[in-house]
Amino acid sequence: MAQEAENKDIDQYHYSRNLDNAVQYLSFALGKEEYGVDILRVQEIRSWEPVSRIPNVPCYEKGVVNLRGSIVPILDLRERFNLSKAEYTPLTVVVVLQTGDSNKTRIMGVVVDSVSDVISVDKTEIQSAPDFGTKVSNEFINGLVSVNERMVMLLDVDKLLKLEEFDQDES
Amino acid sequence: MSIDMSQFHQVFFEECFEGLEAMESGLLTLDMGDIDSEIINTIFRGAHSIKGGSGTFGFTVVAEYTHIMETLLDEMRDGRRKVTQPAVDVLLGSVDCLREMLTAIQNERNVNNASVAKHKKALEVVLNGGSMAEEPALPVEQEFASEEDSVNVAPDIVEEESVELGEQGWKIAFCPYLDLLKTGNDPVRLFRELNELGELTTTVNIQDVPGFYELDPEECNISWDLKVVGDISGDEIREIFNWVEGDCEMEIQPLAKAVKLPPVVKKIDPEPAAVIIPDNPAPKSVEVKPKVAETKKSESQDSDNEAAKTTAKASSIRVDTDKIDTLINMVGEVVITQSMLGLVGENFSMDKVGQLKRGLAQLERHTRDLQQSVMNIRMLPISFVFSRFPRLVHDISSKLDKKIVLKLVGENTEVDKAVVELINDPLVHLIRNSLDHGIEMPADRVAAGKPETGTIELKAYHRGGHIVIEIIDDGRGLDKDKLLSKAIEKGLVEENNLLTEKQIFELIFMPGFSTAEQLTDISGRGVGMDVVRRNIQSLGGNIEIISELGKGTTIAIHLPLTLAILDGQSVAVGDETYIVPLVSIIESINITERMLNKVAGKGETFRLRNEYLPVIRMRGIFNVHSGNPTKSKEGVLVVVEGQGELCCLLVDELLGQQQVVIKSLEANYRRVEGVSGATILGDGSVALILDVPGLVRFSIR
Repeated sequence: MAQEAENKDIDQYHYSRNLDNAVQYLSFALGKEEYGVDILRVQEIRSWEPVSRIPNVPCYEKGVVNLRGSIVPILDLRERFNLSKAEYTPLTVVVVLQTGDSNKTRIMGVVVDSVSDVISVDKTEIQSAPDFGTKVSNEFINGLVSVNERMVMLLDVDKLLKLEEFDQDES
Repeated sequence: MSIDMSQFHQVFFEECFEGLEAMESGLLTLDMGDIDSEIINTIFRGAHSIKGGSGTFGFTVVAEYTHIMETLLDEMRDGRRKVTQPAVDVLLGSVDCLREMLTAIQNERNVNNASVAKHKKALEVVLNGGSMAEEPALPVEQEFASEEDSVNVAPDIVEEESVELGEQGWKIAFCPYLDLLKTGNDPVRLFRELNELGELTTTVNIQDVPGFYELDPEECNISWDLKVVGDISGDEIREIFNWVEGDCEMEIQPLAKAVKLPPVVKKIDPEPAAVIIPDNPAPKSVEVKPKVAETKKSESQDSDNEAAKTTAKASSIRVDTDKIDTLINMVGEVVITQSMLGLVGENFSMDKVGQLKRGLAQLERHTRDLQQSVMNIRMLPISFVFSRFPRLVHDISSKLDKKIVLKLVGENTEVDKAVVELINDPLVHLIRNSLDHGIEMPADRVAAGKPETGTIELKAYHRGGHIVIEIIDDGRGLDKDKLLSKAIEKGLVEENNLLTEKQIFELIFMPGFSTAEQLTDISGRGVGMDVVRRNIQSLGGNIEIISELGKGTTIAIHLPLTLAILDGQSVAVGDETYIVPLVSIIESINITERMLNKVAGKGETFRLRNEYLPVIRMRGIFNVHSGNPTKSKEGVLVVVEGQGELCCLLVDELLGQQQVVIKSLEANYRRVEGVSGATILGDGSVALILDVPGLVRFSIR
């Protein structure tokens, strides 16, 4: 009887520990690279549809679309990361992400090649990103994790969706 | 039993502020010579409902304060007191004080006791001083009689001075209305509850009891003076009396440090009061009248101590029921049309096309009507803003020793709620400017051959899709030469630049530009003219000045009627569609490349009826590369007005006019230069709405 209770305690301990440390990420592909974003930030996944261009903005800001009545900007992650451009196909996917602080949330869409999987990651297994030098901007990368021998780069959604000149404009 | 009163707080505050506004405007229209009792009644009603409400919600500070105002007003209403300018000024001050108190309570801040006490003192001075001076026959007791209504205390008890210093407890004057018993309330039960709280002493006044034969046993003819001794909070006492609130006159005061009472002389000697001594008798009944300021303090501390609750701040709007009814009618129509269309679609055959078309036309009409009535709900008369200005003018003109009348025209013009909220500060600033710099001192006016009293006219009217608000004064006007020399001195303008009259007036909107020799506390602080202009532009409006030296100044503000929908002209630039607000379009012209004149190899102009207008190529400014470039050899020039200046936009094609719902780009994205917002077109795609003045500014850079 006492033994059983002890076992149960241990089970619960493991279970809660897992819960505490496990974070789920949505992984997607850009070319041969695999990235992940915190799944709690993902609002929805849509197929690519033509956008309305916004004049005089950086080229990775593709434009805006009508998402059920609100105007949502679409960013191209390939261009944001200075990767080679890809043609938009019917399989191209837009991941709609939420960002912002407690008093104001924004939603934005990012264009990716394809969505792969939802992965559970143990927090303790996340490595900090090595310094890539200047070539690849790693300011958006929170850390690295390996899933089935593949490397997945975990992105910081808030930094990713922070638009340049934004704060300048507002000040 | 206990209902969460905080859910009604919002409504209470709104009503209070409305009441205060009514009081204020009433006080301002009071004519000293000829008192209109209806106006006094209005003011009195305002004060009374604030008092009642604040009592119910437990804001005793407010209730007590209003009570004093009410006493004063009551005497004015009965003609017992003459209405004098000082008294009115004190009352106006009290209105401000009340507003401050209420705002403080609403925001859960602490009430500024010092200022409340100051205003209260002023009120009491008027109450006592005025009464004594004008009605010397009546003793000071008058005040107390009216304040405590029918609390009649036998003189011998009153004269007794309290020796028990620092006694804790409450004094309650409880005077039920005749029909208290009919509402099922039994005073005895109240007393029993009080007795549980602390030691209770009861004094009964029976002088109002009629003779035995006239006595109606169902009426309550007696009133009580109660005294509870003990460490009891005011809320506990009030809770007991919660149920009889509307059925009695009541006053609750703490027993504080005993103060010497003013001599009380009754005109009518009351019948000897019977003293009922309850189960545990108090040794003696002591009447204490604490200093009012002290009362104030302990009361407000009470309210300070209340734990700060966070109330969600919701903005609300009062809507005419008529408007709601129309809306409901419209919805009904839409539902009917929808079911009709459903019927057509159920067994559709080609011969029903006519029916379908008719149905669709009907649907379109109804949706448009529906949209209009919904927009109507957001519309408020501009008097919401205007009504504050008589007070402002009254205060400032007396401060400056100027004689100024304010005329309001078109107060019922309706504008969007958002506009009403945002236009207030700029208007206050402009009116202060007119008061301070515009209107001259009476002597100067007479010397200039103008009537001694200056006039400021505040006018609102509709013109096209705009509302126009004009501030017209007959003051000294703007001095062009002075403006220009000042601008040159400050380096804002090159010395040899030729400026039009309009451009010179525009200078006063430049940041850091002031011609005032000295700053006063009326203008020269707060928002500057540049902020005024920026605020108005952010509302999608513009501001212009017409002035004649010595004659006066007119400042006209043009604002869009609503911030949610606009009439737009869609234009094509390459493959893209943009919306130009219809109100800014003057005309559109089909042109070919040859008709444009190059200026210094860069800019282009177009000659329109002997006037050269700058041309903005939309393809160029927005970097549009799509579409057929050869087509840009010819195109359409849309002549638009932005910020008082004409300019031409070169687009590829005009598409059509439509009403568009304005969506914010900034909600998820950011401000884009030359674009004021976005909208969703019929096919679900997004089109950008051009910000014409912004575009002009952008193209200059």
